[in-house]
Amino acid sequence: MPKLKLEDLAGVREKARKATLLREGAGRVKMTVHMGTCGIAAGARKIVEAALHEVEEGDLRDVMVTTSGCAGLCSREPMATLEVVGEAPVKYVDLTEAKVKAIFKEHILEGRIVEQYALAIGSERAY
Amino acid sequence: MVCAGTGCVANRSPEVRDALVSEIARRGLQNEIQVVTTGCNGFCGAGPLMVVQPDGIFYQQLGVKDVPHLVEEHFLKGRPVQKFMYVPPETRTPLPKMMDIPFFSRQRLIALRNRGLIDPERIDEYIARDGYTALAKALSQMTPQQILEEVKISGLRGRGGAGFPTGTKWEHVIRAEGEPKYVICNGDEGDPGAFMDRSIVESDPHSVIEGMLIGARAIGARWGVVYIRNEYPLAVQRLMIALDQAREYGLLGDDILGTGFDFDISVSRGAGAFVCGEATALVSAVEGRPGEPRARPPRLAQHGLWNKPTCLNNVETWANVPPIINHGGAWFAEIGTEKSKGTKVFSLVGKINNTGLVEVPMGITLREIIYDIGGGVPGGKKFKAVQTGGPSGGCIPNELIDLPIDFENLTEAGSMMGSGGMVIMDEDTCMVDVARYFLAFTQDESCGKCTPCREGTQLMLDILTRITDGHGTMEDLDALEEVAKVVAEASLCGLGTSAPNPVLTTMRYFREEYLAHIEAHKCPAHVCRQLNTYRIDPVICVERGHGCGVCRRECPEKAIFGEKNQAHRVDASLCSKCGTCVDLCHFNAVIVE
Repeated sequence: MPKLKLEDLAGVREKARKATLLREGAGRVKMTVHMGTCGIAAGARKIVEAALHEVEEGDLRDVMVTTSGCAGLCSREPMATLEVVGEAPVKYVDLTEAKVKAIFKEHILEGRIVEQYALAIGSERAY
Repeated sequence: MVCAGTGCVANRSPEVRDALVSEIARRGLQNEIQVVTTGCNGFCGAGPLMVVQPDGIFYQQLGVKDVPHLVEEHFLKGRPVQKFMYVPPETRTPLPKMMDIPFFSRQRLIALRNRGLIDPERIDEYIARDGYTALAKALSQMTPQQILEEVKISGLRGRGGAGFPTGTKWEHVIRAEGEPKYVICNGDEGDPGAFMDRSIVESDPHSVIEGMLIGARAIGARWGVVYIRNEYPLAVQRLMIALDQAREYGLLGDDILGTGFDFDISVSRGAGAFVCGEATALVSAVEGRPGEPRARPPRLAQHGLWNKPTCLNNVETWANVPPIINHGGAWFAEIGTEKSKGTKVFSLVGKINNTGLVEVPMGITLREIIYDIGGGVPGGKKFKAVQTGGPSGGCIPNELIDLPIDFENLTEAGSMMGSGGMVIMDEDTCMVDVARYFLAFTQDESCGKCTPCREGTQLMLDILTRITDGHGTMEDLDALEEVAKVVAEASLCGLGTSAPNPVLTTMRYFREEYLAHIEAHKCPAHVCRQLNTYRIDPVICVERGHGCGVCRRECPEKAIFGEKNQAHRVDASLCSKCGTCVDLCHFNAVIVE
């Protein structure tokens, strides 16, 4: 990878934004599993595996599964944030493999938020 | 009031009523609770229905099998049973928004600005959220002097515990003579129950790297070190990945971003000694020597790593630097109180509903953190105290719950900000036992170099153990206070000077608990088992447990006697007060007094 110069930074930023912030080309759905030590201890690895399994089984090419750090509310781990393009993100808590299956079926494929597993919609405010 | 309208009767409401009457009688509540049958409630679709007065609680779709649970929870324990309650469709709570939930809305994220949003193992995601723009600004548009000015204006103070003004510290290093100069990140977070730094490094390692880069530019350093405990494997792994990716992008190494600035970071993994969080001990450990502190002055700013001027800041402090450069010191200084600017990350643990990591503006009250953000104490228990600052901090009682949190207020209350651990304690916590627990920790972690800490913490621990065992005297109490003051005064480093804090604050705010242990030989919270007496309630034992005999079989002292289906009893002369019977009894028949 070439070393960046000052003037390159903005370009990398724009490219990375497009790739990560769910715009055209990046997919329709992004599931971020929160994998801090707390999440992993609560079983987040199984959640990622279950999500990847669903993607593979359903051949869902427009669904990205990615990981991130602790979302702050450690007592409700494993947690995941589900973003569907054009909609507010939904935070799911206390996840199990069965819940992931239900979320894939109802939320990702049928477009209905699985309210009983969800904590909230929207995102936190930074700064 | 059980509905006996046709609809409900068809749904077997008479059977529910009969079950209710007999269950209430079985619990001995027949004189307090009257079961009345009423006419049609008009909401036949959800029958059998029942209304509990005077609370006006409306239960629906009850079955005979639900009755014992309902009676126990609602009538015996006073907790209405949510799952049987009727929720009108129009007022059914819709899914809340994140910013409607106090746990999130009361927080203000600066150090944790990217938490849960980016993949910490992909530098592009950090850059996508304006990562490294502060570095670009610092390198291209600001002189080192201007960087320092912004940090000074921001009023940022060290987040590792002592709260020393960061700008002043940097200035000391800039003025110090000697080359090269070093920057160090202290990631040796060791307080029990504290995980702020670990979480920052795990979820956003580049924020720390960028902060160190900017600091290095300001003080003219070429090399930096992150000291992080090896007990944080995930944090270490993600930090290593982040450093590699930053190097690949030319954000570390020679000629950073083509500006001619050179800087790189190495990682030093700590073996987990608490004392290595102390700055001079940490430097000693990085150099490969035993992690022991030394007397200050000279400060690290003059004689730090390899005896060269060194700027050491904590993980959270470094993570705050990029936003300060991006938004200006004045922006940061608007947040917080007069002397404590910005936000602070706390790890909220213990007897609290929402365990987690919170970042709040300085000046927020303990009440807001514990009740609004933390969701209060579980199980309807009473809040008793909060321990801030870990084993170096103190216990703050309920009376001070409206205290606005900043460095000065916490110190005045006898505690400290520390790194930001916050352990919530409820009425079942014994404060003498808490003091003993934290002292056992500091005594164990004392490096032994200076006498007051090495001998004093041991002496204090002995006295506290004596008190919790019921052998304490009033003279012990005076001696404890005296030793505590000497240790605080005469110890070489912060570990020793702060170790007595849990003892001194609990003696200050909960003296009556010490007196109860010493004079009445009682532990009010029933935690100190040597002071408890155990007996078995014969009625509960027979009626609920049918004399099951688990306690008798498992008692290590064979101090429990009784036959199947008959009440058991504890022979106090044989009982070693281990409490096994309490832990094992499924029917809560063992009474602790």
